[in-house]
Amino acid sequence: MSDARLSVLKTYKLYVGGKFPRSESGRVYEVTDVKGDWLANAPLSSRKDARDAVVAARKAFGGWSGATAYNRGQVLYRVAEMLEGRRAQFVHEVAGAEGLSKSKAAAVVDATIDRWVWYAGWTDKIAQVVGGANPVAGPYFNLSSPEPTGVVAVLAPQESSFLGLVSVLAPVVATGNTAVVVASERSPLPALSLAEVLATSDVPGGVVNILSGRTAEIAAPLAAHQDVNAIDLAGADEALAKELETAAADNLKRVVRPQPVDDWSATPGLERLTAFLETKTVWHPTGALGAAGSSY
Amino acid sequence: MASAFEYAPAPESRAVVDIAPSYGLFIDGEFTEAADGKVFKTVSPSSEEVLSEVAEATEADVDRAVAAARKAFETWSALPGAERAKYLFRIARIVQERSRELAVLETLDNGKPIKETRDADLPLVAAHFFYYAGWADKLEHAGFGPAPRPLGVAGQVIPWNFPLLMLAWKIAPALATGNTVVLKPAETTPLSALFFADICRQAGLPKGVVNIVTGDGRTGAALVAHPGVDKVAFTGSTAVGKEIARTLAGTRKKLTLELGGKGANIVFDDAPIDQAVEGIVSGIFFNQGQVCCAGSRLLVQESIHDELLDRLKRRLTTLRLGDPLDKNTDIGAINSAEQLARITALADQGEAEGAERWSAPCELPSAGYWFAPTLFTGVTQAHTIARDEIFGPVLSVLTFRTPDEAVAKANNTPYGLSAGIWTEKGSRILAVANKLRAGVIWSNTFNKFDPTSPFGGYKESGFGREGGRHGLEAYLDV
Amino acid sequence: MLPIVPDGSDSAPGSRGVYSRYARRYARLVTMPTHTPAASPVPDVTASESTLRRFLHGLPGVDAVGLEARAAALGTRSIKTTAKAYALDLAISMVDLTTLEGADTPGKVRALGAKAVRPDPADRTAPATAAVCVYPDMVPVAKEAVAGSGVKVASVATAFPAGRASLAVKLADVREAVAAGADEVDMVIDRGAFLAGKYLKVYEEIAAVKEACGTDARLKVIFETGELSTYDNIRRASWLGMLAGADFIKTSTGKVAVNATPANTLLMLEAVRDFRAQTGIQVGVKPAGGIRTAKDALKFLVLVNETAGADWLDSHWFRFGASSLLNDLLMQRQKLATGRYSGPDYVTVD
Repeated sequence: MSDARLSVLKTYKLYVGGKFPRSESGRVYEVTDVKGDWLANAPLSSRKDARDAVVAARKAFGGWSGATAYNRGQVLYRVAEMLEGRRAQFVHEVAGAEGLSKSKAAAVVDATIDRWVWYAGWTDKIAQVVGGANPVAGPYFNLSSPEPTGVVAVLAPQESSFLGLVSVLAPVVATGNTAVVVASERSPLPALSLAEVLATSDVPGGVVNILSGRTAEIAAPLAAHQDVNAIDLAGADEALAKELETAAADNLKRVVRPQPVDDWSATPGLERLTAFLETKTVWHPTGALGAAGSSY
Repeated sequence: MASAFEYAPAPESRAVVDIAPSYGLFIDGEFTEAADGKVFKTVSPSSEEVLSEVAEATEADVDRAVAAARKAFETWSALPGAERAKYLFRIARIVQERSRELAVLETLDNGKPIKETRDADLPLVAAHFFYYAGWADKLEHAGFGPAPRPLGVAGQVIPWNFPLLMLAWKIAPALATGNTVVLKPAETTPLSALFFADICRQAGLPKGVVNIVTGDGRTGAALVAHPGVDKVAFTGSTAVGKEIARTLAGTRKKLTLELGGKGANIVFDDAPIDQAVEGIVSGIFFNQGQVCCAGSRLLVQESIHDELLDRLKRRLTTLRLGDPLDKNTDIGAINSAEQLARITALADQGEAEGAERWSAPCELPSAGYWFAPTLFTGVTQAHTIARDEIFGPVLSVLTFRTPDEAVAKANNTPYGLSAGIWTEKGSRILAVANKLRAGVIWSNTFNKFDPTSPFGGYKESGFGREGGRHGLEAYLDV
Repeated sequence: MLPIVPDGSDSAPGSRGVYSRYARRYARLVTMPTHTPAASPVPDVTASESTLRRFLHGLPGVDAVGLEARAAALGTRSIKTTAKAYALDLAISMVDLTTLEGADTPGKVRALGAKAVRPDPADRTAPATAAVCVYPDMVPVAKEAVAGSGVKVASVATAFPAGRASLAVKLADVREAVAAGADEVDMVIDRGAFLAGKYLKVYEEIAAVKEACGTDARLKVIFETGELSTYDNIRRASWLGMLAGADFIKTSTGKVAVNATPANTLLMLEAVRDFRAQTGIQVGVKPAGGIRTAKDALKFLVLVNETAGADWLDSHWFRFGASSLLNDLLMQRQKLATGRYSGPDYVTVD
């Protein structure tokens, strides 16, 4: 408890493919609190970091999307458990990042953990809500079911560094997608710490990849990447969003445009869950049991 | 002694349809000329006969049409859903009443066989309006919140391969949800949309709810770029779809795209072989292969390749190519000289790249645009004809050895619209269907459509779904 | 799929894949000049119950919806004018004019024979039917009635229609019909044995009947498809019948609820087409029961034309087992000739 004790500082790192690399660029940038006081140096991700993250996310997609929905729910719930255990750390980081009082920051962290639990519970329910049998006019069994879109680039909201982040990330992975997250540029530390939680939960490496740095710099190669299937532009301003949406058209990424969010703590709808789902419809002949056939 | 059973000509009567020498744009309930008075000709692809002259809409015309739709939106969206439903039911019924006329018209303008317009296009058009009519007063139960709102004015651009059916896919859900529309039919097949305008008139549909602007790609570009449009729905090529997506970047317009495909039709060695042959035929030769979800790549298990090809070729020799109005015609005309040139070029490239070409022996008429049903064997994933959408009656045959390999090859394309699986083993169907990255999968069947069944692609085949409950989402503010 | 059983003989050149595996197994058949009785062995397929079962269960499956859809699609062919005239005459020439009633009398059979020889008394250009089809005891009467005309006499046999009798009784039935001059024998298979999986019993019975038919009488094998119930069964029965020496495979007795349908006939046409492609042996097809109108008959001819092909468009290879069908064919023929619709008073009552 001695004031004289020098604290141990954490070197924040990226989270790519389940590992914690430094930026390939070897560069960092200064992260400060709202008053401008230094908090940490965060990795300044390069295009190559983005590329590596996409490769990791693609590699993880088969296993994660192929896992049972129940299993995904269990894994994501485990993340919430780990978050709860690190609650104090996140309160501290969110308070620093967003300039909140300790009690307000605690409320944000609680809401974030609850948000994660909410999405964890959706994994094995969304298919029943948005899929189903279609009563086609013929001897066919016809079933539509949702499937994850693939690799989703997520530009986390700039202001809400933790609740906002989880609100855009959790729905992406709950439905079986894998994610490349660009953390809030000014407040990346909660995101980088979340990586440590994910790494110690049962989330397979590569399912979530987290990059810090200049949003516009990292987002551009992601938006243009031919092996990224979708992009959530929550953390882009209007001009950047337009530029990225234009680039995303090259391989027809599914795009979620940025929308003003007053209150990230409001209960979300299904919009973000369904935004990165494809509907697959399978037809199969049924036919009669006997070869009675037609009447003549 | 066996002798040939030659089917005598059995033409459907043309007299059932009365095509005017010229048509205007349908804006705000009236047919009007284009602002600059320009027109273009629409021809019958089976004979190159000019069917009519059609107005070519300019930006000013598009602007008028959008304004009319905007004005109509206020009252249309405020109508009780039950009232909108009744308008759509009326339209569905009138389509049924006039289905023979519309089938003949569509065959004349598009070149597809009358048996397809009569037995597939028109019944599906009516069914689509019936289906969405019923949704109009039940939207609060559709799973999009307690009071889902329409978007406003929908700008819709449709292709020439199923002119009236694509119109139905676009207009029915748009109107059911309370939107108004400006629709641009394809340049080569404008007539059925203009006849549909008359159906709207007969149904008493309020002015401006449906507007039809004819023209080429420039008209379409003007429509999707128009700031008064709240929603863009496009069916057509992936290249144009990308261009539209770029145009809409940074706007608030909602976009759905139904684009190209390179569907894999996978035949395992335990397939119901005769039905598989039929499925391959309907997969790639239905509508002369001018189908976005066509099974244009046949992936056949190597152990039955020769056997299946023998059967397939024998079957193709029975296809009857010719006058689309003949009720016994299986293969009609290619829609345009431009499309024929594209098919021809790609087929020639297939040959140049070393694939082995085989065409069904059939005599091609001297006038019009024709291409014999053709298949290529010895095709690999690297061949252009295995990667590019040909949009014509050309089948590329590839082989595989194991289910894993079949899935890997099927998915090895930027497209992801359709796929087929042929096997008698139920678990294999489910396992393979699960792994295929495509929006519509037909197991032991192919090219089946239904208004209740969502249709649309993965990856570069577009996004959004048409049909079913899912199809409502494209036109609701959710 | 069946494992390939090497038998040392190579199949016909160029044929590989689904059917070639079993083709190799009965490759010897290919060398036979005619479809002679199956006393000529196909030991690797018919050596035992289990080899026969494995063979039949290794045939490709049939998807019912796809099969029926194909049959329905071919049913939309529009047969007009010259094609219709050709098809109507062809259909008439393919009719096995049938009476199979407990109340059949010599008088009835004589009348039927006369009608078969000259279906339309008012129009000598109308072709004769292919055959009359009667019970064995009526064969002598029928022979006399059609004598010199070229019209064949077919006799049902083997305890028609149920087939529930001992083999000895069935063979006696056949021998009596053949001795009385039957040109064709329409036997029923033992559906009970088939459904119980005793394929070898069915096979041996057909082979025995074929032998009893000798070289003069052609054998039609009736499966009673309505009782076999599934299309997979119909395909298996078709191959079983052909392997055992059938000259014709025939759908039905006409005595059960479901008789000939476009779908089951299409399936059997596929079977004979494939059998010939693999063995060189052509087998005929006879849908029977329930085909009452010319319109329906023409749909069946379209099935033949576009499935088995023109080689089967001949009364030697395709028959209609029917009675009332003939009058409708004749009325349609009169309509085509005169331009007026005909009526039942202008054709003869059987």
